[in-house]
Amino acid sequence: MAVLELENISKHYGAITALTGVSLTLNEGEVLGLVGDNGAGKSTLVKIVAGNFQPSEGHIRIAGRETLLHSPKDARSKGIEIVYQDLALADNLSAAANIFLGRELTGRFGLLDYRAMYKGAAGLFAELKSETRPRDLVRRMSGGQRQAVAIARTRLSDPQIVLMDEPTAAISVRQVKEVLNLIRRLKEQGIAVVLISHRIPDIFDVCDRIVVLRRGSKVADKPILDSSPEEVTGLITGAIKAA
Amino acid sequence: MSADSSLQDFIGQQTHRSFWAWMLSRQVFWVALAAVLACIALSTLTSTFATPQNLFNVTRNFAFVGIMALGMTIVIISGGIDLSVGSTVLIAGVVTAVLMTSGLPLWVAMPAAVGACLFVGLVNGIFIAVLGMPPFVVTLGMMSIARSIGQVLTQNRMIYTFGPDQALLLSIGGGSQTIPLPFLDHLPIPNPLIVLVVLTIITSFVLRWTKWGRYVFALGGNEKAAVLTGVPVKTVKISVYMVAALAAGITGFLETGWLGSVTNSLGSGLELTVIAASVIGGANLAGGIGTALGAVVGAVLIEVIRNSLILLGISTFWQGTFVGSFIVLAVAFDRLRNQETSE
Repeated sequence: MAVLELENISKHYGAITALTGVSLTLNEGEVLGLVGDNGAGKSTLVKIVAGNFQPSEGHIRIAGRETLLHSPKDARSKGIEIVYQDLALADNLSAAANIFLGRELTGRFGLLDYRAMYKGAAGLFAELKSETRPRDLVRRMSGGQRQAVAIARTRLSDPQIVLMDEPTAAISVRQVKEVLNLIRRLKEQGIAVVLISHRIPDIFDVCDRIVVLRRGSKVADKPILDSSPEEVTGLITGAIKAA
Repeated sequence: MSADSSLQDFIGQQTHRSFWAWMLSRQVFWVALAAVLACIALSTLTSTFATPQNLFNVTRNFAFVGIMALGMTIVIISGGIDLSVGSTVLIAGVVTAVLMTSGLPLWVAMPAAVGACLFVGLVNGIFIAVLGMPPFVVTLGMMSIARSIGQVLTQNRMIYTFGPDQALLLSIGGGSQTIPLPFLDHLPIPNPLIVLVVLTIITSFVLRWTKWGRYVFALGGNEKAAVLTGVPVKTVKISVYMVAALAAGITGFLETGWLGSVTNSLGSGLELTVIAASVIGGANLAGGIGTALGAVVGAVLIEVIRNSLILLGISTFWQGTFVGSFIVLAVAFDRLRNQETSE
């Protein structure tokens, strides 16, 4: 079942065209790899889905229903969560505090309910099979654990779609493996994931399908098994025109 | 299955192994230790330190700085700074004095003074949060503006009569209570110290147990993250500067009662002492870190140093050197300790 459909999405900034007529479909529990060179339109596309930008033309359908995404908050309320590249974590706070930031659980008299938040965070980490302690300060965490915190935060609202912007960009090999495992956990929960990455091996590791953008247009959209890293590289650079 | 349960064990682990390891990792602990050692040394070295009169003076003096340091610490945790608190003290004093001299009762003058200070904080907050200006610049400007307005209101005169409620004002700021506690038998406790204790408890509680407290820390840790997660950043920021101004206002009101007069120089230069107290107590000027207790302990240490130099007969001109050295030392010490633990 399609959780998200984009139809003929275009985006112009004055005379500059960032996206032209991009259509794509995201299915339940599917991991979609979105690749392209710098300036190919990946960020623009993601920001449209995240509610940061309005498309100049085209339609967005969520679960088959035509929708406008007015703001990131609006997108979140419609089941779309974003894991930002810099993760947007406050590293002076604990993992649990970050997960529940802005959505704190409160008990009597509106006071913070630490016990419930630690328990909730522990549950999310167990679900993600991540060795992360809810009470630890984010400052003392590895890159992989930080990703786990950022991803656990998206789980709080029980989203249908999670957008991940370059989650494996600046971390060690071992931590990359951890993060890819986190993505698999999300998939197991039936969540659709859009993974934006420069790292082709990571895309081939976890994705079911790959979409390649070049100069604002979609040049490929195919199951990962029907493609190869060589072909994808060719598509990104323009050596191969379309596939 | 066993892998699963070991994962559960790991997630369930406590971060701190023991109470002592946790204590030793706190800057507050070390600064408090320094203050206690200084007190013990002074009690043995001099016959004048551990006298009721000296302790009364010391506790009252640090209470004023301590109350303001509570507000300052909150601002610093949020990643800001407030240079205008010294001038805000003057505003509180002047408003209290002018209204009471004109014959108005205390219960009108005090809320008016506090209200005027809250307004100062509100203006600071709006320029910082809504217009996005740097706190240093905004509060530097306000420092100048508030002091100048205070001077205009007093007409550069010293005010030392406070109308019908004069006795009440003087007894609130300068008075004391004797609380029948063991060991403290009939030792007079200055009113400002009682106010400080109450405000410290409230501040600690609010920082730890309310959403507002959590947001203040989040703001100092990563403002962008706070915005993205839907924290009402602007409101929290404005409120933080209002709290600092409120603390300064309470101090100004109490100090007026204690001194029995208001002059243009009331609270002048106090902002730097207050910032020093917060920083010595562990507040990090980069934001995100600080405690209410630390602010008070920092204020205690500064006052004990000041007092000890006087009692030991060292020239008061050396005070700045000692207090300044302690600021640098406390932060350097904290830095060294953190480097050790992070590796």
